[in-house]
Amino acid sequence: MTAEGQPVLEVEGLVKHFTLGRGVSGSGRVVHAVDGVSFSIAPGEVLGLVGESGSGKTTVGYCINRLYEPTAGTIRLDGADITHLSRRELRPHRRRMHIVFQDPYSSLNPRMTCGQIVGEPLRLHKLARRSGIDARVVELFDSVGLRPELRFRYPHELSGGQRQRVGLARSLSVSPDLLIADEPVSALDVSVQASVLNLLRDLQKELGFSCLFISHDLATVEFLCDRVAVMYLGKIVELAPRDELFARPQHPYTQALLSAAVVPDPEIQRTRTRVLLEGDIPSPIEPPSGCRFRTRCPLERESAPRSTDEEPPLVDVTGGGHFVACHLVRRGAEAPRLTESPVELAGAPER
Amino acid sequence: MEPLLQVRDLSVRFDSDEGSVHAVDGMSLELAWGQVLGIVGESGCGKSVTALSILGLLPKTATVTGSVRFDGEELLGASGSQLRKIRGRQISFVFQEPMTSLNPVLRIGHQIEEVLREHLSLSRSAAKKRVVELLDLVHIPDPGRRIDEYPHQLSGGMRQRVVIAMALACDPKILIADEPTTALDVTIQAGILDLLRELRARLGTAIILITHNLGVVADLADRVVVMYAGRKAEEAAVAELFAHPQHPYTIGLLGAVPRAGSARNGRLQEIPGRVPSLAELPAHCAFADRCTRADEQSWSSVPELRLVRPDHTVACFHPGER
Repeated sequence: MTAEGQPVLEVEGLVKHFTLGRGVSGSGRVVHAVDGVSFSIAPGEVLGLVGESGSGKTTVGYCINRLYEPTAGTIRLDGADITHLSRRELRPHRRRMHIVFQDPYSSLNPRMTCGQIVGEPLRLHKLARRSGIDARVVELFDSVGLRPELRFRYPHELSGGQRQRVGLARSLSVSPDLLIADEPVSALDVSVQASVLNLLRDLQKELGFSCLFISHDLATVEFLCDRVAVMYLGKIVELAPRDELFARPQHPYTQALLSAAVVPDPEIQRTRTRVLLEGDIPSPIEPPSGCRFRTRCPLERESAPRSTDEEPPLVDVTGGGHFVACHLVRRGAEAPRLTESPVELAGAPER
Repeated sequence: MEPLLQVRDLSVRFDSDEGSVHAVDGMSLELAWGQVLGIVGESGCGKSVTALSILGLLPKTATVTGSVRFDGEELLGASGSQLRKIRGRQISFVFQEPMTSLNPVLRIGHQIEEVLREHLSLSRSAAKKRVVELLDLVHIPDPGRRIDEYPHQLSGGMRQRVVIAMALACDPKILIADEPTTALDVTIQAGILDLLRELRARLGTAIILITHNLGVVADLADRVVVMYAGRKAEEAAVAELFAHPQHPYTIGLLGAVPRAGSARNGRLQEIPGRVPSLAELPAHCAFADRCTRADEQSWSSVPELRLVRPDHTVACFHPGER
């Protein structure tokens, strides 16, 4: 965490509940998608938000961008509270943050040329004169590694990787302070993923924007992010600087997640111990009482009955910004270990 | 001993109004009894088409040539009734998305029972008993109660276990798993991989594992085939392939994956360009336009597969680890 200056983004106690409509299974039940999430992102920082499906990571991203209306909590962008602004009031703030979506097929308007798509935010925010837009679009195409003549093409004429670059160019057209990237490479092939990830990293270094990088893939997050937050069932269970998190994961869920990620190395893959979690992620309609992870936690026996009654708060266990929400993790004490060797968890030692 | 499955010079062409597409060109594979063969490649490389053609599951627009011999029997051109005896009984499939293999309006017990009654002509009570055994085999808790549930009542991981149970119902010799864990979360994926490993050890089922994920292959496969643009680019035993990759495409794929620790400070290796269109097969190396090693020879002829190290074949004029 950089101490200098004000955070670009501050999220405090963010809650998003969805009320189910009257259906066969609905009738007013509430999905607790996000339940009290707080974090901040410093200028130029890349924060990774990792979690499995149903963890609420995408919902967090959508709430920040106000694509969803938060149920409770505060979202401050460059110090300004944007949580309850009307659409009109939000407009001037829109150019400060932009989102890149997961699916490069559905997030680009098929009836617009790629040039129009990238130029649209410039037009809407009146950031360039009409005559200047095209020149800027060419510049943007160049910066994301697309040939300028592709701006006359329609999205369907481009490959997945090229489309994701168009989405990135569109997001960067307004020079945002914050880029929200929601699984930007998971729909792409491996060889294409690499080039988009490299590009994202280069652009971030060059332009210095902050980034909330949402992903289910730990290796990608490790490659790109300065700090990492791990989500489980609507809560952050662990938040730490990257190296710290991967070298010394504390929360049992983080440890399980790390141990389950496959690495392209048969030797490691066949000798490491995997921490297998029992059962499935519980329904966010009726999340477990107390610690939400307790129903699958291999250490539940040790944390009960406290874990049933009491929700573990997210506390800094090292004093150096390593936050963990677990009854079994205490400052100054060894973290609970699920396998004998912590190196095994991270997969490969540096080679 | 003769291999369990032997694919020779398999080619698949799809004809449409917009011309023809060569999805697979001259593929040969061998699967030994009880072996796990990984087929890796990116979308459009022909890995799934290869698998589907083994059991004649391709649409009528496909023209398939070559030979597929299973346990001494030729499957290409076999009659529908002949294939039906093999499909699901001797060779069965597990697909990526479990919901595409399950009927949403039937109880899962009933669906597995159907397979048993169709292929093994078991009585209703015997079939039911076997269903419970199968669900237990794939570690579905409380199988006696689960048989009466519908697919939507199960989580993604549990559904995939049901599909695997169904595929194993008749104790097949080969299980073809096409991206079996791609739709699942990592912690669930780990469980399915462990299950497949256990089943192979317990039942001796040979597995063809089709995936884009090199980590999954590293985890489970004995042998690996890397495909590119409808052709085999490289083949070796798993440890050999990951330790000494020879084809520039394989090397590129391995370098493109972010890994714990190693990629942190460096850049990921990019493979420039994109997968070629399969509309017409190039008369040169299909990887030439993305390859730094390509020279005149690569642009003028198609590289044949050749042995470059013990039990390690590569289709490249300039193989080597670096």
